[in-house]
Amino acid sequence: MLGPVAAGLAGTLLPAFGVMPALGRIEPGLMPFRDLMAWPGLPRAMALSAGTGLAATALALGLTVLICAGWQGTRAFRWLERALSPLLSVPHAAAAFGLAFLIAPSGWIARAIAPLAGWERPPDLLILQDPLGLSLIAGLVVKEVPFLLLMTLAALPALRPGQSLATARSLGYGRSTGWLLTVFPRLYPQIRLPVYAVLAFSMSVVDVALILGPSTPPTLSVQVLRWMNDPDLALRLRAAAGALLQLALTVAALGLWRLGEAVVAGLGRSRIATGRRGARDGALRGVSLLLGALSAAAVVLGLAALAVWSLAGFWGFPALLPDALTLKSWMRQGGMLIAPATETLRIALPAVAIALLLVLACLEAEQRHGLRPTQRALWLLYLPLIVPQIAFLPGLQILALVGGIDGTRAAVIAAHVIFVLPYLFLSLSDPYRAWDTRHAAVARALGASPSGVFWRVRLPMLLRPVLTAVAVGCAVSVGQFLPTLLLGGGRVPTLTTEAVALASGGARRVIGVTALAQTAAAFLPFALALLLPALIWRNRRGLRHG
Amino acid sequence: MKSVIAAATLAATLALPAWADPDPADWQAVREAAQGQTVYWNAWGGSDSVNAFIAWIGAQAADRGVTLEHVKLSDTAEAVSRVLAEKTAGRDTGGGIDLIWINGENFAAMKEEGLLFGPWAEALPNRALTDPENAALSADFTVPTDGLESPWGTAQLVFYHDSARLPEPPRSMSALLDWAEDNPGRFAFPQPPDFLGSTFLKQALIELTPDRDALSLPVTQADYAAVTAPLWEFMDALTPLLWRQGRAYPQNSARLIQLMADNEIDIGFEFNPNAAANAIANGQLPDSVRSHVHEGGTLGNASFVAIPYNANAREGAMVVANILLSPEAQARMADPEIWGLGTVLDMTRLDDADRARFEAIAAGPATLSAAELGAPLPEPHPSWMERLEEDWAARYGIAE
Repeated sequence: MLGPVAAGLAGTLLPAFGVMPALGRIEPGLMPFRDLMAWPGLPRAMALSAGTGLAATALALGLTVLICAGWQGTRAFRWLERALSPLLSVPHAAAAFGLAFLIAPSGWIARAIAPLAGWERPPDLLILQDPLGLSLIAGLVVKEVPFLLLMTLAALPALRPGQSLATARSLGYGRSTGWLLTVFPRLYPQIRLPVYAVLAFSMSVVDVALILGPSTPPTLSVQVLRWMNDPDLALRLRAAAGALLQLALTVAALGLWRLGEAVVAGLGRSRIATGRRGARDGALRGVSLLLGALSAAAVVLGLAALAVWSLAGFWGFPALLPDALTLKSWMRQGGMLIAPATETLRIALPAVAIALLLVLACLEAEQRHGLRPTQRALWLLYLPLIVPQIAFLPGLQILALVGGIDGTRAAVIAAHVIFVLPYLFLSLSDPYRAWDTRHAAVARALGASPSGVFWRVRLPMLLRPVLTAVAVGCAVSVGQFLPTLLLGGGRVPTLTTEAVALASGGARRVIGVTALAQTAAAFLPFALALLLPALIWRNRRGLRHG
Repeated sequence: MKSVIAAATLAATLALPAWADPDPADWQAVREAAQGQTVYWNAWGGSDSVNAFIAWIGAQAADRGVTLEHVKLSDTAEAVSRVLAEKTAGRDTGGGIDLIWINGENFAAMKEEGLLFGPWAEALPNRALTDPENAALSADFTVPTDGLESPWGTAQLVFYHDSARLPEPPRSMSALLDWAEDNPGRFAFPQPPDFLGSTFLKQALIELTPDRDALSLPVTQADYAAVTAPLWEFMDALTPLLWRQGRAYPQNSARLIQLMADNEIDIGFEFNPNAAANAIANGQLPDSVRSHVHEGGTLGNASFVAIPYNANAREGAMVVANILLSPEAQARMADPEIWGLGTVLDMTRLDDADRARFEAIAAGPATLSAAELGAPLPEPHPSWMERLEEDWAARYGIAE
């Protein structure tokens, strides 16, 4: 992991310090940074990036934890889980477009109110692109809650939360309080890295920030992209400097988050010491369920809106539904999406397969030789998720060019592995390690070889987390835009590259079609991950989740 | 000092024109060499109608033994970045891009950095069907094309309004400001440096400046403050009257059409005379929408295709560029049903059969006639656009 990221970063460091031979710049200096500091929007852009990233992560984590605390093991929880998990497969940009249409002053909510309020035209309110980035935070939260929930669900069974909770409740603790005090402290270390990945992602996200975020000034990552795309090639140097600043900002925010963890842990310990039972925490349960349902509803309604748009004839304000429905958009786009859809699969499947093989081999080696990866090794693994893509991918592209492998599917698959691998490791390592090794002891006592234990006991028992990890991996691969574009040299068109190119035209109907196609591609593995264990273990109650 | 000289020498060597090889004047040889080549055409892919037209061009190319692959970009800068990356990696032959749909600013940048192949464009057989006197084809944003890019369509800035809501639209920038004072929050422009947003700034500058001639020279050679003072005065007055009081801006032209459909604004504009007609045909706008232009004319320019210096299939790319200039393709492109981009051909140089193709094109009620459109105003030197974008961002792009 270090190799590609370091090589890529080197390709950013040089221009950031003013070296770009292709432009005839060979004198190193601090000029690009001075340029960057001279941009008047810089303090605000940095504050926006850090603020929206931290707020979105804190809210998403808080909501996930409260939902689990209040409802884990109940029927409502299973319903929420079914509703939220598939939402992970909705591409970020699609979810953002959908949400935008819900909350905009001319959106669905306003249209529902319009007849009552007597609005003939939408109110001139700054809801989307608000200066504080509130709608951007909302867009990130609704997308990150499903991810964190899934990661939590993968880690939970090994903690046996039912037993802890039963003990806590028999001592008179309230449901949520008991869960927060007994299960959460053991859970958090297991989902710490996914939370960091969410934080790093939220801070450097470009597409969602373009759709929902403010633009005067935008977040730092959006501004860096603008400089990269500026016809004035000299701005590439400033863009490289901005990308490094983005990296520093991400590292600083992670440090801040780390401090926050210590503070929360301290508060939690003193709360436990007070012994207050918090028996009447029913209201908290209600609120968490409501918010969870709202967040799911936002994505589902947004998708529904996109589906309606993809079929819409003319649809003006304040009509709740289009004047006419037409298949025109689907007829136009549908045929053109078949080739990129197969290309998407041809990249996602090998990338996920390679990553899964590596992760399983790594975890199994850990088990057999009693190794534990050092903290440093883990950071290396997550490097690609924490270093902003814009900071190291251009350099990686030059590396591929020098190696002469750019523009091939193999190069794209290799690049996808870099991003899929950490996510797979993320979602698989904890359930894998938490697996009760007494099963292995029993199997060995019955004469099974180490490989036999792996193939016949461990893997089948871990079927669900493995499938979940594969689904996450597929969703990640389907969603990759920059790596596909830069290493594919535009010659490897996937659903996402086509969707982004078409979305640059901004027509909602086209966005509706491409977003639904993208969602379908990522949704399939999730559906399988939910269905298969239920089918295979229909006669093994203990192996079913929950 | 030494390093400055070194850098200057290096820049000078880089700026030397690439010798055209193969020789485009020997068209027969070009056609033969193009047989079996695959041309990767990097072109913006944000429009259905454009993508469909490019697919049709691909079918024409296939008849001549050339495979055309449309690489859909969300921004032309992606292609420029790629050529730069290839140059950095020392890939001076066998590059990944054979043809780019390019506009003035990117052309000026690539030409300056010596990233283009040529000259070749003047030698295309179909180039003879264009008017050599037509300044729009020999200079792109005032930068001489020097045969490094070949034209394929002309576009012009056109405003549109919903005649049901606004029967008499304002027909000049000052009239627009008066109208906005009576109707605050009902006008928007995409945020510069979006191409269309910057075009609005340039159009306003041309209409308001006391010294229009200064715009054809690089900005460094003009009294920038004096030339642009009326523009900023106008923008200071207009900004608080914009949609969302100028605290947020639409991202691009498509968003502008959407705002019009959502009844959030009453006047929009697009760099395509057929935009309103296309949007009505696609069900994006109600059929009461009509186009209008400002008195004294609006900005216009030509779209070009260029070949990167390290292109792999130069001959194939030239064959495609020549197809783009064929009367059949040009007439198809000019048809509002297909796309509606203006042709670059000179009608007097076509034979009767070809001229009939253009005469058969019918424009709908939402499209202005050539007489109503008027002659396009020339684009300022690209350095103006850069400077205006920077200045706008400093004044209005950072919220208070």
